[in-house]
Amino acid sequence: MNTRKVRFITGLALGIVLAVLPFFVNNYWTDVCVSIGLYALLALSLNVILGQAGIFHMGHAAFYAVGAYTTAILNTMFQWPIFWTMPLAGLAAGLVALVVARPIIHLRGDYLLIVTIGIVEIVRIALVNDIFGITGGSNGIFGISRPQAFGFRIVKSIHFYYLVWGMCGISLLLFHFLWNSRFGRALNYIKHDDIAAEGCGVDVSHYKLMAFVLGAFWAGMAGTLYSAKMLTIAPASFNFMESVIIFAVVILSGGSQLGVLVSAFLFIGLPEVMRGLTESRMLFFGLAMMLMMVWRPQGILPPLPRVYKKALARAQALAREKSE
Amino acid sequence: MEFFVQQLLNGLAVGGIYALVALGYTMVYGVLKLINFAHGDLFAVGAYLGLTLLVSCHLGQTLPPFFAVLLVFVLVALMVALVGYLLERVAYRPLRGAGRLSAVVSALGASIFFENALMLIYGARVFVYPDFLRPDFTVTLFGYQIPGMRLLVIAVSVVLMIALQIFMLRTKVGAAMRAVAIDQGAARLMGINVNRIISLVFLIGPGLGGAAGILVGIYYGQIDFLMGWSYGLKAFTAAILGGIGNIPGAMVGGLLLGVVEAMASAYFAVAWKDAVAFFVLILILIVRPTGFLCERTADKL
Repeated sequence: MNTRKVRFITGLALGIVLAVLPFFVNNYWTDVCVSIGLYALLALSLNVILGQAGIFHMGHAAFYAVGAYTTAILNTMFQWPIFWTMPLAGLAAGLVALVVARPIIHLRGDYLLIVTIGIVEIVRIALVNDIFGITGGSNGIFGISRPQAFGFRIVKSIHFYYLVWGMCGISLLLFHFLWNSRFGRALNYIKHDDIAAEGCGVDVSHYKLMAFVLGAFWAGMAGTLYSAKMLTIAPASFNFMESVIIFAVVILSGGSQLGVLVSAFLFIGLPEVMRGLTESRMLFFGLAMMLMMVWRPQGILPPLPRVYKKALARAQALAREKSE
Repeated sequence: MEFFVQQLLNGLAVGGIYALVALGYTMVYGVLKLINFAHGDLFAVGAYLGLTLLVSCHLGQTLPPFFAVLLVFVLVALMVALVGYLLERVAYRPLRGAGRLSAVVSALGASIFFENALMLIYGARVFVYPDFLRPDFTVTLFGYQIPGMRLLVIAVSVVLMIALQIFMLRTKVGAAMRAVAIDQGAARLMGINVNRIISLVFLIGPGLGGAAGILVGIYYGQIDFLMGWSYGLKAFTAAILGGIGNIPGAMVGGLLLGVVEAMASAYFAVAWKDAVAFFVLILILIVRPTGFLCERTADKL
């Protein structure tokens, strides 16, 4: 059995376990899984930027914050239903990403990393300083209402579990198609050699920017789910450490979607299992990042090489013809 | 005018501290092309070690303040230098051949590790430096009353920077260091032990950073375990401002950033003080990514 099949079966098994999990565990663990799901969603969206396009982006919490605040403001000030704010939250985050990334997207790897750190700090400071008088300063915004769809109110942990993981499932599927599309191939090319890509006529800056905006859009929608789950949001939830955690989850995953899920479970879920270590979980997080880079720099599950079945078949047919 | 001069000197004092930390970033970047994210946390480690020596070991009581501070400076610089050396051996050297991203992630991991180690060992609260160490004389300069502390901080940082510059330009080891920064392969062919030079960089940079940590403790009177990130990012900005990899650039960049920040918080808005450095950083990367003092290179940013 080849690696591809093993991964497919593992993924399927993981999906089945996730689908029935809340019926076998108590409320607390369902909540933990909701939190893992939110991180998985964020990591999946960052994976488009970092894993697929290879852009070192460590400010993802900024776009998450923009999405969460958009939802909170529209909901508490204008009484918009939560689900209606979701596309707007995504759009707002995407727009912010477009504006801030446009002038910096051409910067080389580690410089871009620093600038994105700067962005997340600026966003956090802006939120604390109650920018435009609508973000509520360092106390944040409270009194966000529960989401409601077709007359069904989403209140319990188990409801959120299916909401968040359902969103994860949709994202997995969409990003899988993206990975196999012309767009995904361009990103892959850029990641491995952006100069060669430019030489082959790929508009590198454009594709990078689009990947960035798409990832930010998704993070904004994840922000909506976060607001709906927490009912109250504050700038402290979107600090730089949050960005680092999301970044680390993607880096350690290796860049495949299954890898992202596995590493989200490992790094968000495992510390919950070892309750005694709550205080020192970040210590182990740092240690794991160092050790991982020394021993397995490619990550837990790197994406498998692409196979082009049609092209392969054509080439084989051609070779057969020649030999005959 | 009085207000302006005070703010200028305040900016220079803070800028001197930024510059000392920025030197560590820029030296490491010079020889390894690596952003050592853990450097800011080594600086915080220095501040905490200084506090421990002063308070727990009663150095502050047994010796006259001046000698106590001097001794602590030397001891802490040595200890932090050792930590920096070990960090390089454990977390960076095995990754020398791997890609740049691997080393950056390892550095981030090290940073998180140090930050949380400090929190677990000392606790998450703010710590206060003993205030009898702070000299509270004032100097009258051009008719302005200036706190002596500010002048001392500026003096200490300038002396350390000049010492480093003399070391880099006048000694054989300094020349070797510059050679490694320019071309590792060629330096090795000239008989320079590149690994030893890199170790030395990781001794000097963190040593200066540790000293800067104590300066912050004495100047502001309080330290917390997150200071590594806030100062580290600003010092890094300073290093970029002057052109990363360039030692005089880091000094000028640090002083400049300190002054800009002090002026912005005095005349613009205190609440946005911490954001100023990042605005400057983004602006400089867009407009002039090689920094102010860097020579033009073919390296694309």
